[in-house]
Amino acid sequence: MGALREPHIHDRASAGHAFGPARKNMASPESSKITLVNPTRAASAWRGSFINLDSGFKSLVMLAAFVVLGIVGLILAELMQRSALAWQKFGIHFFFGSEWDPVSGTFGALPFIFGTLVSSLIALVIAVPLAIAVGVFVTEMCPRVLRKPISYATELLAAIPSVIYGLWAIFVLVPLLRVYVEPSLTKYLSWTGVFTGPAYGIGMLAAGTVLAIMIIPIISSITREVLTVVPQHQREAALALGATRWEMIRLAVLRNARAGILGAIILGLGRALGETMAVTMVIGNTPQIAKSLLAPGYTMASVIANEFAEATGDLYLSALLEIGLALFIVTIIVNTLAGLMVWTVTRGTPVRAHGQ
Amino acid sequence: MANNLTKLRRQITNYFFTGLAAGLSILVVGTLVAIFAYLVLKGAGALNWAFLTQTPKPVGETGGGMANAFVGSVMILAIASLIGVPVGVGAGIYLAEYGRNRLGQLVRFTADVLNGVPSIVIGLVAYGLVVIPQRHFSAFAAGLALAIMMIPTVTRSTEQMLLLVPQSVREAAFGLGIPQWRTTVSITLPSAASGIITGVMLAFARVAGETAPLLFTAFGNQFWNFSMGQPIAALPLQIFTYAISPFDEWHRQAWAGALVLVILIVGTTTVLRFVFLRRTLGEAR
Amino acid sequence: MTTAVEVRDLKAWFGKTEALHGINISVEAKHATAIIGPSGCGKSTFIRCLNRMHETNPEAKAEGTVQVAGADIYRMDAVEVRRRVGMVFQKPNPFPTMTIYDNVAAGLKLNGTRNRKTLDEVVERSLQQAALWDEVKDVLKKKSGASLSGGQQQRLCIARALAVRPEVLLMDEPASALDPISTAKIEDLIFDLKKKLTIVIVTHNMQQASRVAEFTGFFLMGDLIEFNKTEKIFTNPSDERTEDYITGRFG
Repeated sequence: MGALREPHIHDRASAGHAFGPARKNMASPESSKITLVNPTRAASAWRGSFINLDSGFKSLVMLAAFVVLGIVGLILAELMQRSALAWQKFGIHFFFGSEWDPVSGTFGALPFIFGTLVSSLIALVIAVPLAIAVGVFVTEMCPRVLRKPISYATELLAAIPSVIYGLWAIFVLVPLLRVYVEPSLTKYLSWTGVFTGPAYGIGMLAAGTVLAIMIIPIISSITREVLTVVPQHQREAALALGATRWEMIRLAVLRNARAGILGAIILGLGRALGETMAVTMVIGNTPQIAKSLLAPGYTMASVIANEFAEATGDLYLSALLEIGLALFIVTIIVNTLAGLMVWTVTRGTPVRAHGQ
Repeated sequence: MANNLTKLRRQITNYFFTGLAAGLSILVVGTLVAIFAYLVLKGAGALNWAFLTQTPKPVGETGGGMANAFVGSVMILAIASLIGVPVGVGAGIYLAEYGRNRLGQLVRFTADVLNGVPSIVIGLVAYGLVVIPQRHFSAFAAGLALAIMMIPTVTRSTEQMLLLVPQSVREAAFGLGIPQWRTTVSITLPSAASGIITGVMLAFARVAGETAPLLFTAFGNQFWNFSMGQPIAALPLQIFTYAISPFDEWHRQAWAGALVLVILIVGTTTVLRFVFLRRTLGEAR
Repeated sequence: MTTAVEVRDLKAWFGKTEALHGINISVEAKHATAIIGPSGCGKSTFIRCLNRMHETNPEAKAEGTVQVAGADIYRMDAVEVRRRVGMVFQKPNPFPTMTIYDNVAAGLKLNGTRNRKTLDEVVERSLQQAALWDEVKDVLKKKSGASLSGGQQQRLCIARALAVRPEVLLMDEPASALDPISTAKIEDLIFDLKKKLTIVIVTHNMQQASRVAEFTGFFLMGDLIEFNKTEKIFTNPSDERTEDYITGRFG
């Protein structure tokens, strides 16, 4: 017996079109005799205009989505176009040249690459133990009442703007380093070769330290997330063998979350690489490659921030933009890599947009 | 098998690492407290009515304020929101309602990429796109740069909030004969509204403190400026300029400005998280 | 006939809810004792009190006396208790980031054993006892613990528990997540194991209880209703509720 089939919603994508003309059951010859009122048919006359609105709306939001794509494309295009001059002049050697002399027109970006890497490395060395310690403490060790306050306090560090970190660093951190920390370092550790020279306060160490404080929140919050995802039965397996709490954390929790923690660290690195204001304010802005961590330096982001406004001449500008392009590409690679690692661990659980 | 020495060693190790983790956590929290304490200490002293209402005095003179920077920031943020929020929310709607496909994946990935782009680079791009053709610095260029920074955050949070709305709600609407677009606009969006607004405001608070993108777009200004045709002052930018200057008076004002900025940003974020915590399920941040 | 585990007036809570209302039981050494009962009767809670795993839940509390070989475990160091009273869980939980070898050796290494030769010996012995040796002896250090089949994983977990030489082995529905063949293998295992150590096995499968255990305890709503030789419980139970459960009238 022929029957009119009710419009059926198969999936969300087709839901908008579920109310098209009703389909008759073609197999039955009797269906043409039956004039059942199709409610959707009667309505489809005025619904026709809604179909247009449906696709109009979809187009509108799709446009917004395309804008997002377009922005990244635009960034890439702008950077590439405006750095072309420097690229033509210096080629790949731009990144290996260690002399940056705007006066004579020699532009080598190596000091900035060096500075970016070293300051980020110092930041990681300081931040990673601290961030993981906070993550482990909050997830596995501390009394439940303290969990929210401590994790909230750590997240609050992420909300402080970079320029304020810089301000604090100039007037609090730098004097601290200059008066107490660096003299001690030169006194006891100069044999290592990296703690030599006058104690300016300003320099690579200051930049690395303030960077460390800035990246602790993101490393710690992702660490917390990947630790929480470790199933309880793993912890129980370790405990049932007669493990102490620390042994249980080491065996069952940290081991299982390894990949995610590494991802968190790389994400922190990505953040450190692109950080501008706080670093600019305390690194000393000297384009040099020095062995000592106490010496002033320069990072890729800082040189752009400092010299762009005063850059005269197309080549100068182009060179700075090429540094910007390099920074852009490097941070994309690092952040993508990190995101992948974290995703493999949390898989499915949405990684929320962290306050960066 | 396990002798007493081993047992002792294991217990000591256990206590040691627990203590270490606790100690380092205290260090981190302590650093936060120290920074805030300093801000309040140094900033409160310089904070006065003049600071909030006057423009900077010439170098060497004491007094004056950052009123123009406050206004400038408001203008820039308004422009940023006008551009960034529609695009971000729109893209978020696309991803949540229509985006279970390759294009959606691409957009999601791109938004994450955009999120990680250093803010100085975005400033550079805004410079190239707006400042160079217009031949002057402006609030618009700065607003555009900040809008670009807002978009990824707004997009992702909008998508997530919309995805939290149960599918059964949409299906109930379809079952009633309501078209897709109407469902989204009149039913799904309102359900997710508080979450989306929170996401927008968090993004707003985040870009409010950004300085790097303003360096070559707003450029800063010691005087009032209400037009789109000239450089404009902004709070974070002013703090930066004052902080690196050699003048004590300007340092004082930098602290005051920093205190105001932190109160606004952290205050907004805290209130939002607190209010939002009550409304959603499971979000522990 | 010696008692391996003596339980006197054991009460347990989850927050404010009392889950066990005062259990008294004497578990026979070197025999298998089955704990049966409907869902929610407290059998898992009970055996988790025997190795102090119950208290790892932050809202849990336990009171009473549990003596293992004469020593009150609630007066001992919990870590030591758990080495002497091992546990195998319902869902196999090998450490996924460790090889088969490392999984079995995990407990030993914790206890300070470093000697390569000793470790090798114990790993082999434990895997033999768990009837897994032949299947994995060639890939001990190549395959991860999680790459085995469900039944193999569970036997790996048994080997891991056996490696630290517990006096008592607690098994919480060890075969309920497994297929019939793996289940049979594990039941065979229990037959061999109970010659050397005491086994307490929670099961909701009454046939299993009658196959492997000499003694059986029937729990209902947090109380131990009846405890006796398995044969007696299943053929001629004293309590009407036991009879109802056995004959399938509920649960």
